[in-house]
Amino acid sequence: MKAKTPSKLEKILAAGHLAVTSECGPPRGSDMEVITEKANLIKDYVDAINITDNQTSVTRMSSLAACIQLKLMGLEPVLQMVTRDRNRIALQSDILGAASFDIHNVLCLSGDHQSFGDCPTGQNVHDIDSMQLIQTVRLMRDQGKFLGGGDIKRPPQMFVGAAANPFADPFEIRVPRLAKKIAAGVEFIQTQCIYNMEKFELWLKIAGDRGLLEKVHILAGVTPFKSAGMAKYMKNRVPGIEVPDELVKRMSDTPKEKQPEEGVKICIEQIQHLKEVEGVRGFHVMAIEWEEMVPGIVKKSGLYPRPSVE
Amino acid sequence: MRLQYPSDIKIILVPCTGKLDVVHILHAFEKGADGVYAVGCMEGDCHYNSGNLRARKRVEQAQKILDTIGIGGERAQMYNLSSSEGPRFAQYAVEMEERIRKLGPNPIKLAKKKAA
Amino acid sequence: MIVADRKPIEEIIEEVKNYEKILILGCNECVTVCEAGGKKEVGVLASALRMYFLNQGREVKIDEETLERQCDHEYLEEIRDVMDQYDAVVSLACGVGVQFMAEKYHDCPIYPGVDTCFLGATEKRGLWTERCQACGQCILARTGGICPVSRCAKRILNGPCGGSAKGKCEINKEIDCAWELIINRLKALDKLDDYEKIDPIKDWSTDRAGGPRKVVREDVQE
Repeated sequence: MKAKTPSKLEKILAAGHLAVTSECGPPRGSDMEVITEKANLIKDYVDAINITDNQTSVTRMSSLAACIQLKLMGLEPVLQMVTRDRNRIALQSDILGAASFDIHNVLCLSGDHQSFGDCPTGQNVHDIDSMQLIQTVRLMRDQGKFLGGGDIKRPPQMFVGAAANPFADPFEIRVPRLAKKIAAGVEFIQTQCIYNMEKFELWLKIAGDRGLLEKVHILAGVTPFKSAGMAKYMKNRVPGIEVPDELVKRMSDTPKEKQPEEGVKICIEQIQHLKEVEGVRGFHVMAIEWEEMVPGIVKKSGLYPRPSVE
Repeated sequence: MRLQYPSDIKIILVPCTGKLDVVHILHAFEKGADGVYAVGCMEGDCHYNSGNLRARKRVEQAQKILDTIGIGGERAQMYNLSSSEGPRFAQYAVEMEERIRKLGPNPIKLAKKKAA
Repeated sequence: MIVADRKPIEEIIEEVKNYEKILILGCNECVTVCEAGGKKEVGVLASALRMYFLNQGREVKIDEETLERQCDHEYLEEIRDVMDQYDAVVSLACGVGVQFMAEKYHDCPIYPGVDTCFLGATEKRGLWTERCQACGQCILARTGGICPVSRCAKRILNGPCGGSAKGKCEINKEIDCAWELIINRLKALDKLDDYEKIDPIKDWSTDRAGGPRKVVREDVQE
């Protein structure tokens, strides 16, 4: 797959390197230092940094503002956009705003329901869905058109991504759903946190059999456990995440003070295993409020140094 | 058995307590009753399957309304017994009468008197 | 039908406490079926209000009436002769009835006695669930007869989202994932291949977004 945009992430993937991305959540306040600090911690170990968009529906500094900051620092942001809070006018407008700062990556999401966040009594928008947001960005980029049909002067140059969750139900439509996103125009996928390797590999296999893996770059999502409690929480409480019992047991059997270390160890083992799995083109390391662990994980997984591309 | 029970209780027969509606309970209070209680069959033994369960829910609904409008929900009650339990019927009557005596007259009755 | 739920009596009392002559007006249609605003509920509310005011030392005239419908001129006309007897009406009809009453009886305050909830069905007695949001352009032909606009918490046209687990919605385990229902139905219809057709961006101009809507049928107008 040849790169179609100036995105560094796309170029790295196009050159056949395993890409590494991570993510930062913007602060609940206007102090940009929070973002610059997190970004400085990880910038040499990842190719691009996702900035989440009011994740779990909790109001935070805007993803776009934080992405602009990364850009000003000379880093490669991935602008996450959820369709929950903005209609098609605002989404297109923010895409152009991002493009004006040469932000070259976008991740199209529907977003968690607002009932999980700090404004459960608010409206949600969902004028378009994540699938249609993919189409929208591609239309704006490839045809230089707005949804309304007008021409865009200096269209956005964005590498278009989306999420995929191989573990959500029903499983049988997980690959068809990926196919649908590819048909909509998605170019890279960051998956939900993977713990159930077998199911993930089965998903990839079915996708591969359909020839989908040549059409999209799949970055496997990994998240280190900080504690046995977190492993249990992820297993029992987070919809769409599957944690095998043996992993929970392994964390629980570890003395409390050693659990963070064990969690990181598991994460590294997972990456090393997944590196050999066909169709995995990179990793999305989501160290939730634990960004300082990213450099170690990347290094010990043999993914450091990061390649440079023109 | 010739059991004694308080003479100021007026019995209204219904084919099943399931026939009882919230509005019947409210109307009784509106007309000056100091208390209203329904006596249904034992739960699980309703001839019509669930009449007594419905009655209980309706009594509870009436209780809520009576609380809201300041009459007092405890003036409405639901009891269950089987048809062979004459003594228990009398016991419930005594219990209800005592409850109402403690609560005093229905305030609506007093308000009506004052208005008249 | 239109599904409504009873308003708390306290709320109604607060609205009408300063009136002397009040009509409680029910509707024989949808709100009767969902046990929120029919003749029975009119009786309960009227009785409760009468007692409330008496208990406050006030004799307020509270009458009861239930019309065949409150969304049709002819039925609303039935009470024209008595309307001057009241200084307020509590309408237990849906929001349509309340407004139609207000339009017809311009100088009489009309208060809503129910909360109008949604377009839905009676699953069983005491359980009503939403089926339609009246978006004005029905897509049920494409979604196996199950509506994602009204039944998906994110009204996702190309679902399910990643939060669907074991057939339930991420917001509440009691709510079915609409997209799981759609997929199961497509399977039953042997049309699962249709799942991969991308549903295009929807024209919401026929929905609430387009402003107040009208259906004009000149062919049936007089």
